[in-house]
Amino acid sequence: MTVSSRPPLVLILKDSLIAGAISLVIFGPICGIILDGYTFNTDFKIPLILTSIVTAGRFFFSFFGLPKLPDLSRIHPLANRKPTVPDKIFLGIVFAVFLIFPFVGSKYWLTVMILALIYVLLGLGLNIVVGLAGLLDLGFVAFYAVGAYGYALGYQYLGLGFWGSLPFSALIAATFGAILGFPVLRMHGDYLAIVTLGFGEIIRIVLNNWLEFTGGPNGVGAPLPTLFGLEFSRRAKQGGTPFHEYFNIGYSSTYKYIFIYLALLFFVVVIITAVSRLKKMPLGRAWEALREDEVACRSLGLNHVATKLSAFSMGAMIGGIGGVFFAAYQGFVNPSSFTFFESALILAVVVLGGLGSTVGVVTAAVILTILPEALRDFAGFRVLIFGILMVLMMIWRPKGLIKVKRPVFLQKGKG
Amino acid sequence: MFIKNPILEIKDLTVRFGGIKALDKVGFKVEKGSITALIGPNGAGKTTVFNCLTGFYKATSGSIFLNTDDGRVDIVKILGEPFRLSDFINPVAFISRLRYKMFGGSYLIARAGIARTFQNIRLFHEMTAMENLLVAQHMSINRNLVSGLLKLNSFKEAEERAINKAYDWLDIMGLRADANRFANELPYGHRRRLEIARAMCTDPALICLDEPAAGLNPRETDELSMLVRRLRDEFNTTVFIIEHDMTLVMDISEHVVVLNYGQVIANNDPESIRRDKAVLSAYLGTGNDD
Repeated sequence: MTVSSRPPLVLILKDSLIAGAISLVIFGPICGIILDGYTFNTDFKIPLILTSIVTAGRFFFSFFGLPKLPDLSRIHPLANRKPTVPDKIFLGIVFAVFLIFPFVGSKYWLTVMILALIYVLLGLGLNIVVGLAGLLDLGFVAFYAVGAYGYALGYQYLGLGFWGSLPFSALIAATFGAILGFPVLRMHGDYLAIVTLGFGEIIRIVLNNWLEFTGGPNGVGAPLPTLFGLEFSRRAKQGGTPFHEYFNIGYSSTYKYIFIYLALLFFVVVIITAVSRLKKMPLGRAWEALREDEVACRSLGLNHVATKLSAFSMGAMIGGIGGVFFAAYQGFVNPSSFTFFESALILAVVVLGGLGSTVGVVTAAVILTILPEALRDFAGFRVLIFGILMVLMMIWRPKGLIKVKRPVFLQKGKG
Repeated sequence: MFIKNPILEIKDLTVRFGGIKALDKVGFKVEKGSITALIGPNGAGKTTVFNCLTGFYKATSGSIFLNTDDGRVDIVKILGEPFRLSDFINPVAFISRLRYKMFGGSYLIARAGIARTFQNIRLFHEMTAMENLLVAQHMSINRNLVSGLLKLNSFKEAEERAINKAYDWLDIMGLRADANRFANELPYGHRRRLEIARAMCTDPALICLDEPAAGLNPRETDELSMLVRRLRDEFNTTVFIIEHDMTLVMDISEHVVVLNYGQVIANNDPESIRRDKAVLSAYLGTGNDD
């Protein structure tokens, strides 16, 4: 906006006041009402400050004109998508925050964050199946259950510890993924969804009814994780030394959660790296091509059977790792943790985050786990708020929070 | 017409859909290194022939053989055919038939050297043009998971070679500027060319083009005919083409097969086809019918 086209002062003032009034309406209830037990206090200092900032800002921009924005339509939509330095700094900061969190946050929030990271893992796993390969899976919780039970039963029957159990459970879950994959190879869309739904229920019902092997509804205990033979319990149970005795510090049950959190964070980072690389690898491209058009894939020589099975087992494997962490964190597993509602929640993570987008899935998983905790004051309305949020998301951002970016390929030398 | 060195031999190919005979004992050969056209009125069974030889339909009976430099491939066999009585005596034949029945399929045909395009373009819409071409090179690229996850040099080199090859094909098609655009953003004519580029990225011995000129304007059609010739002359690819545009067919093809009601009614060079009575009556109707 140039100086010559500046609107008259009256209009500018009117405009600013309207903006201020709107912001007062928004900020008033959000920041001005403070809950105090069953009553609330009103405090209009903060909303008034915010409102005056908005009014002044609006006036400033109208009076001096907006800073000139680059013409977005000219920029090629896909140009310059390589990770720039600020991007890397941003990722570094996010990682540092996650890394420092267990040492500053309370134990309660630490457990919430562990759950959030478990959902990140599950979301990443399901994202491969639904987001990349386009196979709607409503029974993903089955692989989560297989992973969790793999840890608990592996300890009970085979004496596997936490670290031995991770590859073991991942492998078992991947095998189950392939087993599910075989009968559904020829199915698409709704039919596939129904079969996977059934598969999820079968696993839960088997776990519930096979009393001799799984303990049925009573569940099985899962051992605490260990670090190089150091245990996190008050007294050694698995034949090692307790962590606090080794380092000569007082016992605290928080150590266990800090350890699980950090180990989980490590796996999340590794898997995010792997998934983002997979997307630029032949296998990842084949998955996406399969989602787009199976007939065209076959006409190009891609084995659609192997591609689908690999997507199922890779996704199941990540879900299984999530399950192991869940069992380690709870110290106990029983079938009631693996209901259809879990599957729906994981699917919500993937859909809200944006099918195929890793950043979106991570964001959505963290939001969807923290939100119910933060909304505990409105316990009766939690599911309602959750539902409204979903509806609004689907109206405004049907493709998810984060739009999927495609990798750019430039020819070296020629540019 | 005599064919010395056939790349494709189709014999007695019959396809039934319920009571309808879509193809009735169709037989012809395609000369290696030629441009052969398959024409016929609507519903004559042209696309059915294509779908059989690229493995999307299973033939009711008949045989299809592909002769490439790597040998002779029985296309009906690798799609998985029903067991025969003799198989239960001969375990070797039984096992091979069982293997193809379980793991066979149209992707093996693509690997044997037949590439195709589709009448209604089938690109990977939500992927970029480059990605479309990279998917097509899936079989010739470094698919090792470990080397990809660790970004080893062997993986990077293979990837770069694939990118260069894709750019070469984009240059040939005049699509370099579209490299990193979504396939569904491209104009119609570009999509057609991208689909041909994608098929060529699989290094086929035989490329089957299903109505490549449909929906193109006259100038684009001219460019297409130059392009088809280039595919044959520069890249030694045999071209087998279904087309309704007669000017294009007569202009580029050396051999024309005419289908009507699922039967071959003529099989000759374009000049003779132009004067063939059966072809004229199939297209225009006979004078003494009514």
